[in-house]
Amino acid sequence: MAAPLTLLLLVAVTVRAALFRSSLSELISERVEVVSPLTAWKRVIEGLALLDLGVSPYSGDVFHETPLTIYLFHFLVDYAEVTFMLADVITAVALYMAVKDYNKQVFRKQKFALEADRYPLDCLELIRSPKEMYYIPLKVAMFYLLNPFTILSCVAKSTCGLNNAIIALFILSTIKGNVLLSAIFLSLATYQSIYPLTLCAPALLYLMQRQYIPVNFRRASFWWFIVQYAFMYLGSLFVIICLSFFLLGSWDYLPSVYGFILSVPDLTPNIGLFWYFFAEMFEHFRLFFLCVFQINVFFYTIPLSIKLKEHPVFLIFMQLAVISIFKSYPTVGDISLYMAFLPVWSHLHRFLRNIFLVSCVLLACSALFPVLWHLWIYAGSANSNFYYAITLLFNVAQILLVSDYFYAFLRREHHLTYGLYLKRKDGSEATLVLK
Amino acid sequence: EANAVIIPQCSHIPPGRRGCLMETTVSPNKEELVIRPLHSGDIYTSFQFRTLWETDFTRENKVSHYRLFPKSLGQVISKFSVRELHISFTQGYWRTMQWGQPYLPSPPGAELWVWFQDSLTDVDGTWKELTNVLSGIFCASLNFIDSTNTVQPSASFKPLGIGNVTDHQIVCTENLTPWKKLLPCGSKAGLAVLLKSEKLFHSSFHSQAVHIRPVCKDDQCKTTSWELRQTLNVVFDLHNSGQGKNEWSLFKMFSRTLTEACPVASSSKIYIDITDNSQGEQFELSPATPLLSQAVVLGDRRTFSVYDLTQQITFGTICNVLKLPVTYSAHAGDMLRPLLHAERYVAGYGLQTGEIHTLMYNNHPYRSFPVLLLDSVPWYLRLYIHTLTVTSKGKDNKPSYIHYQPSKDRVRPHLLEMLVQLPPNSVTEVTLQFERALLKWTEYTPDPNHGFYVGSSVISSLVPSIVAMDTNNSRERPLFSSFFPSKEESSYFVRVYTEPLLVNLPTPDFSMPYNVICLTCTVVAVGYGSLYNLLTRSFQIEEPSPGLAKRIANIIRKMRGVPPL
Repeated sequence: MAAPLTLLLLVAVTVRAALFRSSLSELISERVEVVSPLTAWKRVIEGLALLDLGVSPYSGDVFHETPLTIYLFHFLVDYAEVTFMLADVITAVALYMAVKDYNKQVFRKQKFALEADRYPLDCLELIRSPKEMYYIPLKVAMFYLLNPFTILSCVAKSTCGLNNAIIALFILSTIKGNVLLSAIFLSLATYQSIYPLTLCAPALLYLMQRQYIPVNFRRASFWWFIVQYAFMYLGSLFVIICLSFFLLGSWDYLPSVYGFILSVPDLTPNIGLFWYFFAEMFEHFRLFFLCVFQINVFFYTIPLSIKLKEHPVFLIFMQLAVISIFKSYPTVGDISLYMAFLPVWSHLHRFLRNIFLVSCVLLACSALFPVLWHLWIYAGSANSNFYYAITLLFNVAQILLVSDYFYAFLRREHHLTYGLYLKRKDGSEATLVLK
Repeated sequence: EANAVIIPQCSHIPPGRRGCLMETTVSPNKEELVIRPLHSGDIYTSFQFRTLWETDFTRENKVSHYRLFPKSLGQVISKFSVRELHISFTQGYWRTMQWGQPYLPSPPGAELWVWFQDSLTDVDGTWKELTNVLSGIFCASLNFIDSTNTVQPSASFKPLGIGNVTDHQIVCTENLTPWKKLLPCGSKAGLAVLLKSEKLFHSSFHSQAVHIRPVCKDDQCKTTSWELRQTLNVVFDLHNSGQGKNEWSLFKMFSRTLTEACPVASSSKIYIDITDNSQGEQFELSPATPLLSQAVVLGDRRTFSVYDLTQQITFGTICNVLKLPVTYSAHAGDMLRPLLHAERYVAGYGLQTGEIHTLMYNNHPYRSFPVLLLDSVPWYLRLYIHTLTVTSKGKDNKPSYIHYQPSKDRVRPHLLEMLVQLPPNSVTEVTLQFERALLKWTEYTPDPNHGFYVGSSVISSLVPSIVAMDTNNSRERPLFSSFFPSKEESSYFVRVYTEPLLVNLPTPDFSMPYNVICLTCTVVAVGYGSLYNLLTRSFQIEEPSPGLAKRIANIIRKMRGVPPL
């Protein structure tokens, strides 16, 4: 499998390099769908220029990257294109290896369950075979590298690519079972943007499953493991934050980075729900709705963890999706990360209900974003409502996609327990509903 | 206001009870009017009124003896520990290329610069109170000055001060009346009689200003007194109100005549600039006057005809009769081109990004000189300092000093100060890219599609002059040439203001707050609802529900205790 992967990497790098050299790169780095005030490359350059002028980059409101990012780009600013291509390659390879390992475990669990006769007889067609699972890792890497969203994000030099790389490395280290590395990468991801904090729960569940620790509140081993992981996570987070303090000598970056992510002062349009909502918010209710929207991102962690405690990798996928949809400054780079996981659930296709509608809406919205932006900002013949409407549609489509996959996953699990062809009391074919 | 006419004869007033106005070598109260016909055919008139006030705040805490100094301003100085204050209200833009340099430059709109005493600790609170009080005194909406449009430059304005150039203010009669009230004679006697609002505001350029600063009484500067200068600069348009014949008189310009001199004024003069009329070919003054005066103004030696209003003889002859027939000069190129000139404009299209271009012209044939450029840009135009380029004659010209303070959203504006060396006979272009922010719907002005004003940039410089300057400081000099002292004998201080910019920002739809809140919350609820369903419900086999009749029968059967159908 190394050869096809190498070929894929070569193709991806070529496409990106070609776009870097063309005139489109300037155009793409200005698109609001691809870059946000948190991730724009122009702002990184501005921060470095402010540092050269002797002014702290956090004294203004233009620069919102973490100090480690400044430090990294202080040395790498001349090799920025290579850095971002390398980040994409790292993400793809990490996801490839992670999914390969995960597939092995899925297959092994399935084998044990089959031997223990846990599946009803008529659902044998739901059992997965190694042959169908063979190309899934390559498809995951391909879905990530050749996704137009990822390519746009890379060509725009949005630092979202670096965030994705760190999260991919976190997923890889979690799936390989390395507790320390998992904690370190998770703390790096949380340090960059606060939202990956919710990935703690699936990581804990997976690592406990792997170490055969039962997920039971009454067991001491459960709590002991949580304490260990929390210690490693919080310790590395503390080290990173103190390191950032010593880099620039002040705590200015805390309100500039984390205060900015949480309080959303910059209302630059993007593909998310926050900007227009807070542009039109009554001042009296601003704080209330800000809290509601931010809690909304973290709120689904516990219920999803309870429901999906046997399937932590699907939980990671769900959490990534919830973060990408409901975070304060989303970009298409965030979307491409969770979309890369879709081939892993390709066996659910027979239970998906809305996939045609969702894919049509996503394609249409992706095409309409630049059109309506141009009409609003340049032509002046539309107003902000047009762009906002497409934002709403886009997010509804994403929500439908995620809930559709969740439905399909749960339904397959139900069939694996109760059988595929269910009959009603009078013997006729039954329909399943959620009640 | 204690504007009573008191003849200063200090020797008869016992000291100790109130402050004593000492006899000084410089007259306490002067007023003058300078009329200068411009090459473009307009007439530039500049009024200056100066009042001196002897008082020392360190010795007496409560000052009650204001004499000719307006009490409202005196109280402002003492209460807010003000060291120096400059406030100006301007309507119109000074066209340097057509009109030359003004005696006192001022940007369009309102501008307020204040220097506080060193003993003041809470600058921000005092600044806010001061702007509110001045807003009341001058009937101007200066109370919109707050931290979001105030800057503290490090180099441009010496002495160091805190300043603000507000956005577009319409200057009107309500601002002129309180300004006139501050004059010792009000608008009842002296030159202030000519200040009638209809004619003054029907002009191409109108600027009124108040400057308060401490001045030295003697050469050793052991004691200081407060000087209040009120200036009014107006440029009348010949073609606008000419009636065929190019003949001007005081009555035609101001629709008022001079009735009497101000009794408290020690000096009240009218100066007419006749430098371009040395042979009498352009215009002819009637009545003629034998008094002539020469002064070096803005690096140029000018000759003036003087009419002294304190002499009764003058009064008798010029009352209603001062005529100034002016023929329109066909060759405007004769005018001495201003050595320093600046323009500014916004480039780019669309509502996302833009570029500010500032052009500075150095018209000196062989000397280059440094200029200090001060730019204060509001926070909603996010400047990118790494895109700053300064080019002269097509080549890169790196500024020797840059002080940049980036803006903080909704707290303070950008401040950019640069020291640029302008090569001789060249145009220097400074470009800076910016991004336009989307504001909250309550932060827009009532007419958001009009755009937002960006205050003028200030370009200050010591310009080498073509004519050597007279260094004799102690003589009495006309007010308009003594405002900015300059130490070098061959250069003079110039401050140029550029045009204000009008920039459009993208706007949200103002009619939609409730709709937007509902729609966005609906989308969040769709997400919540789908996930809630999937989390709390489980799959069950659906039994077909029986028909309505059967269901009612089943209910009755349940009540009877009989098994259902």
